[in-house]
Amino acid sequence: MLKDADRIFSNIYGWADPGLKGAKARGDWDGTAKLLKLGHDEIVERIKASGLRGRGGAGFPTGLKWSFMPKEVKDRPHYLVVNADESEPGTCKDRDIIRHEPHKLLEGCVVAGFAMRAHAAYIYIRGEFVNEARRLQAAIDEAYDAGLLGKNAAKSGWDFDIYLHRGAGAYICGEETALLESLEGKKGQPRLKPPFPAGVGLYGCPTTVNNVESIAVAPTILRRGASWFAGLGKENNTGTKLFCISGHVNKPCNVEEEMGIPLRELLEKHAGGVRGGWDNLLAVIPGGSSTPLMPIDVCADITMDFDALRNAGTGLGTAGVIVMDKSTDIVKAIARLSYFYKHESCGQCTPCREGTGWMWRMMERLVRGEAENHEIDTLEQVTRQIEGHTICALGDAAAWPIQGLIKHFRPEIERRIAARHAVDAVAAAE
Amino acid sequence: MSIDDRIASDQPKTFKFTAENEKEIKRIIAKYPKGRQASAVMPLLDLAQRQHDNWIPMAAIEAIAVRLDMAEIRVLEVATFYTMFNLKPVGKYFLQACTTTPCWLRGSDEMMRCIKDRYGIASGQTSDCGRFSLLEVECLGACVNAPILQVNDDFYEDLDYQTTGALLDSLEADAPLPVGSVVGRSGSEASGGGTTLAAVKSGKSATSTSNKRGSAHA
Repeated sequence: MLKDADRIFSNIYGWADPGLKGAKARGDWDGTAKLLKLGHDEIVERIKASGLRGRGGAGFPTGLKWSFMPKEVKDRPHYLVVNADESEPGTCKDRDIIRHEPHKLLEGCVVAGFAMRAHAAYIYIRGEFVNEARRLQAAIDEAYDAGLLGKNAAKSGWDFDIYLHRGAGAYICGEETALLESLEGKKGQPRLKPPFPAGVGLYGCPTTVNNVESIAVAPTILRRGASWFAGLGKENNTGTKLFCISGHVNKPCNVEEEMGIPLRELLEKHAGGVRGGWDNLLAVIPGGSSTPLMPIDVCADITMDFDALRNAGTGLGTAGVIVMDKSTDIVKAIARLSYFYKHESCGQCTPCREGTGWMWRMMERLVRGEAENHEIDTLEQVTRQIEGHTICALGDAAAWPIQGLIKHFRPEIERRIAARHAVDAVAAAE
Repeated sequence: MSIDDRIASDQPKTFKFTAENEKEIKRIIAKYPKGRQASAVMPLLDLAQRQHDNWIPMAAIEAIAVRLDMAEIRVLEVATFYTMFNLKPVGKYFLQACTTTPCWLRGSDEMMRCIKDRYGIASGQTSDCGRFSLLEVECLGACVNAPILQVNDDFYEDLDYQTTGALLDSLEADAPLPVGSVVGRSGSEASGGGTTLAAVKSGKSATSTSNKRGSAHA
């Protein structure tokens, strides 16, 4: 188990003061100016060396992403945009950073913003997090009052402003280009890429969009050293990670653990184990709702990191671990996710707009067994038609949970269809 | 839901931001570069909604369009795209119940049943007394404290049938329960106190060893 001394978010549960005084006592804002003295490119190099991969779901190397920003600021200013639109079902870690460790995020904005030669950051927080936004704004105000933000931020010689922007209830705005559209005052509909945000982003300017956790860990990585972070976890899957463990465990919780921790250890050490014991486990969705589920035999040995989960046909995603025990109606559990994606489709691309509704209606029929066996194959084919054929990944995200269900629980779907047919046959005979 | 169902048929003729909100508007617009005032459309819609009993009349859409130099339809399309903007009246207590899979696994059906037993309302409806509106919503992002009921701005967490009833009692008495977990969790730690960071909890150390000077302050 990870030692407390290696945990970055020591106030993740809010047991100590989330304000500036408490944050400073935890080591935040300590020598920020000195970190900036490393220079733009050296900071990027060190983040690269740490092996940090984006914590918002895709797992793209953070330092590499920063390096895509132009090396020179020309006629257009550079922007850092922080994605705090946390809405992937099963995921609730950024909320804790914002309400209990806001200064880690703010200092991270200064460091990351400086690295990419930006003088401003916008933090886009989901609208429902009203109290969290208040807490974050209070932290921003505190930081300005203390000279940590604004002109000559933290006496670094670099001017840096942070603005908070609240969303208003649209999952799609967690997609980076939809987020930028929303921030510009439009409907949150994703943009075609290219151009990528590093070239043409917010207001047409070079922009990098990063997840809250990716930004919040950056100052600690720089202070403690890239090799410290790289020494935790596994090769290519380094560092610590906030895991959100929900569903049928005895004690659902968030916890910061080492990347690559075995799933079973994660659940048993921190979440009180599966309700009714390990053998009562049916399936786990490992990385937020879009990642395909794993049945118990896969869960037994899997480690929680990007590569191991990808090799198992699923993904680490946001590390939102949704646990389902044997009492779960697994078809209904996935059908509810299908409804989620139908509800959240922005309507821009036909395969997603029409397909998410079609898949949901089909899933509802499968819940009741009102189908024929060959329709399972039809559904599978439709998921393949949607996957990869839309502007953003929402179509993929809607397709994957169904693909996972069919792959691992086809006999259960067929059992329901057979049971339904049997009932219908009796009714017809009467 | 068609647009007709989402927009109130009874509309006030005029809408005017209060003097206090006018000041707030200036502060909001200043966050964005010159000429990019359209970025303020969502904050202004939120401001209008808060000023006007938790729903946005069409007159406010018009006022915001003028204020931000936007076509009215551009403001309306934003107002209808995002689910948090109410374009018709809701009760004093706007109950938003999360029923997405993580909440459903932890018993959101029981939370919904309690609300239905009490007020006989389904998603999208308002109680006979007019004080409670219910909306079934998608993931609220607090899944390890499921199930969640959002009441206006506040999250109530770890609910079941009985505690949902107790929460509704408190709202009926206009003395809402403390916000957060109804089973006494301070945050997202495992119930009973969590498995990590014991020293922080006991107040012995406010820091990890994330840097040397930090621990010296603790």
